[in-house]
Amino acid sequence: MPEPVLTFSGVSKAYGPTRAIDALDLAIEAGSFVALVGASGSGKSTLLKTVNRLVEPTTGSVTFDGDDVAGLPLAGLRRRIGYVFQSIGLFPHMSVAENIAIGPRLAGERLPEDRIGKLLEWVELDREMVDRMPDELSGGQRQRVGVARALAAEPQLLLMDEPFGALDPVTRDALGERVRKLHEELGLTTVMVTHDMAEALLLADRVLVMDAGRIVADETPQSLVAGAGGEIAQALVAVPRHQAERLAELSA
Amino acid sequence: MNGMWDALTGLGDQLSAHVILSAAAIALGIAVALPLAVWASRSEKVARASLAFASLVQTIPALALLALFFPILLSLRAVFGEGLPTLGFLPALLALALYALLPILRNAVTAQANLDPGVMEAAAGVGMNFRQRLLLVEAPLAAPYIMAGIRTAAVWTIGAATLATTIGQKSLGDPIFAGLQTQNWVLVLAGCIASAGLALVADTLLGLIERGFRERRRGLWLGGLLVVALGVIAALFAQFGGGDDEDRVVIGAKGFSEQYILARLIGQQLEAEGFAVEYRDGLGSAVAHSAAASGDIDVYVDYTGTIWTNQMKREDNPPRDEMYAQIVEWETEKTGMQVLGRLGFENAYGFAVRTETMQMRGLESIEDLANVAREMTVGGDPEFFERPEWIAVRDAYGLRFAEQRNFSPTFMYNALQSGEADVIGAYTSDGRIEADDLFILDDPRDAFPNYDAVLLLSPEASRDEALVGALRPIIDSIDVAAMREANYSVDREEDKLSFDEAARRLAERAGL
Ligand SMILES: Nc1ncnc2c1ncn2[C@@H]1O[C@H](COP(=O)(O)OP(=O)(O)OP(=O)(O)O)[C@@H](O)[C@H]1O
Ligand SMILES: [Mg+2]
Repeated sequence: MPEPVLTFSGVSKAYGPTRAIDALDLAIEAGSFVALVGASGSGKSTLLKTVNRLVEPTTGSVTFDGDDVAGLPLAGLRRRIGYVFQSIGLFPHMSVAENIAIGPRLAGERLPEDRIGKLLEWVELDREMVDRMPDELSGGQRQRVGVARALAAEPQLLLMDEPFGALDPVTRDALGERVRKLHEELGLTTVMVTHDMAEALLLADRVLVMDAGRIVADETPQSLVAGAGGEIAQALVAVPRHQAERLAELSA
Repeated sequence: MNGMWDALTGLGDQLSAHVILSAAAIALGIAVALPLAVWASRSEKVARASLAFASLVQTIPALALLALFFPILLSLRAVFGEGLPTLGFLPALLALALYALLPILRNAVTAQANLDPGVMEAAAGVGMNFRQRLLLVEAPLAAPYIMAGIRTAAVWTIGAATLATTIGQKSLGDPIFAGLQTQNWVLVLAGCIASAGLALVADTLLGLIERGFRERRRGLWLGGLLVVALGVIAALFAQFGGGDDEDRVVIGAKGFSEQYILARLIGQQLEAEGFAVEYRDGLGSAVAHSAAASGDIDVYVDYTGTIWTNQMKREDNPPRDEMYAQIVEWETEKTGMQVLGRLGFENAYGFAVRTETMQMRGLESIEDLANVAREMTVGGDPEFFERPEWIAVRDAYGLRFAEQRNFSPTFMYNALQSGEADVIGAYTSDGRIEADDLFILDDPRDAFPNYDAVLLLSPEASRDEALVGALRPIIDSIDVAAMREANYSVDREEDKLSFDEAARRLAERAGL
């Protein structure tokens, strides 16, 4: 059994009376691809942000590669983690190339041109796009630049908060496969937040279901499909299953 | 039209001084506003307090704000020593910079508050520290908005800088105030056109820089910045390129024609003796006295009654020579200034009425006036009704007017002619008294003190024997008829003389 690269012990985050995360324990092994699903407001983004300390837990601790993140220098920690923001957050005054190269630039390095081209290729964007400004891109293109930016500094850990929300289903599917493949090739540990249970089931090794700040199901895709994980998880699995059944009826 | 052209081309010196003052004030405003805005973006309290302060400053009339710095700097001399200037560039710079603060600060704070939180989260998330976030993200995104604030500040500052004339700083206000004083509209207009033109040019250039930031066109904003820098450098060169001005004798003048002329007369006398001179015109009465006491100006003309009531706070009214002797003694003891002597004429306050009014109402003296005052409107310059002399006369005769109105000294005479005022608090050496056929009412109760014109030297200037020697011939050389004529020659509607020319003729007539 590989060592956990990421552990949460008794992590809680309270915003006034709201408990965004509620005494959560979790360990994620190196090299795993974990999908995090759950209703809106269940605490997925908050949980992800405790890792790179965009959110400081009210209680509990998070360790990354054996170190408590609270004790690590912020900039260094964040450069080791590729983060795809739910709000994308491209810098509107920087070109696509400058956005992608920002992490290495902060570390005092210059990202070579063909590396930028390669990153664009990985997320299925044209190399010609390097000089575009973010407001000259479609929503889906912006999201893909966001993924490329997260991968640019060669992180060990990739945290993606709904990275494919604005993509058309065909590109979404292709890009999902692509990221999964990159995950293997680069030896990453990946946590991906998604609303789409089918996507979670098809891409991840492990699916976590969150509800009201707690993890209510922690299963492999196989066992979820087989009916494990409890009521909330099964309600989520029921959606794609039902869709598949109706499609089958149509073709029958 | 030719006159206008000459007036405009004669403004080079004032223009360059105006550019330097405005640019320095805006630069100081930026230097204070930007760090404050950064701090404000990290603290709600600071944001609220600093914006409230800047807005409060904005509600103070610019003229008052400029004047306020005189006492403030005077009291700061306790800390910074006697070398701290209280008039001229420094107070003008500070007041205008305060004025420039609001638009820059407001735009900078608003720009930061409106930054996309997603972008700011990403900036932190990719590993930027505080400084990197500020320089790489916040500054470039806020730049166009901040630039728009600087643009507004520039237009305000260039306009308000014309008021710096009143605290003895050279600016494009000089021709405006001098022109208003003498109804020389060409001069007023020239000053307005020059300052409005300067504001337009600044607005256009800063607009280019703003657009350059907004459209991320480096050539545009760099080019705009370069032109602005060149303009300021040219102004600096024009102002300071021509050698030092350390040893200049600074001659002060209050804001009315007689003072402008006498200052020029003193200047011409000194220049003939080889001194370099410089003028601080349009000073308020109280400001002029303190400025000479503190050495900001070296020499100026004041009036015995003014010093007696305003500076010495005396309410009694002794005979002429006794009052003069006491003033000389008081100045030596209290301020260290030297009263070099009397010029030879008096410029007293008196109530003036049109000769028709005098005849119709049978007015001879202020006692007669008191009987009919309830049906009359009294006019005075803005200082008049604040002065102890007015209060003394009012109480001595029990004067009660139907209405009391303020006019600038020049417009006061027009108001009397047009009937907007029935009686005015006039100056007895004013050339318009004879020209307008006005009658000065007798003062049988001696309620108005004497107003002999006297020459005052700052403590330092009084120790300069060569200077004192050069000034001495002016003492006792000017009689009231000569002064009235000189005043009229610049105040009349037609065929006005410049102050310089009027001073030359006055000197000639005085045998200097
Ligand atoms: N900065 C904040 N201040 C106050 N409450 C917050 C803050 N951030 C999140 N919350 C609250 O914490 C809870 C969890 O929010 P979170 O963003 O983690 O949800 P989520 O699972 O990512 O939802 P979604 O799928 O809509 O993105 C919500 O109730 C939210 O309102
Ligand atoms: Mg979320």
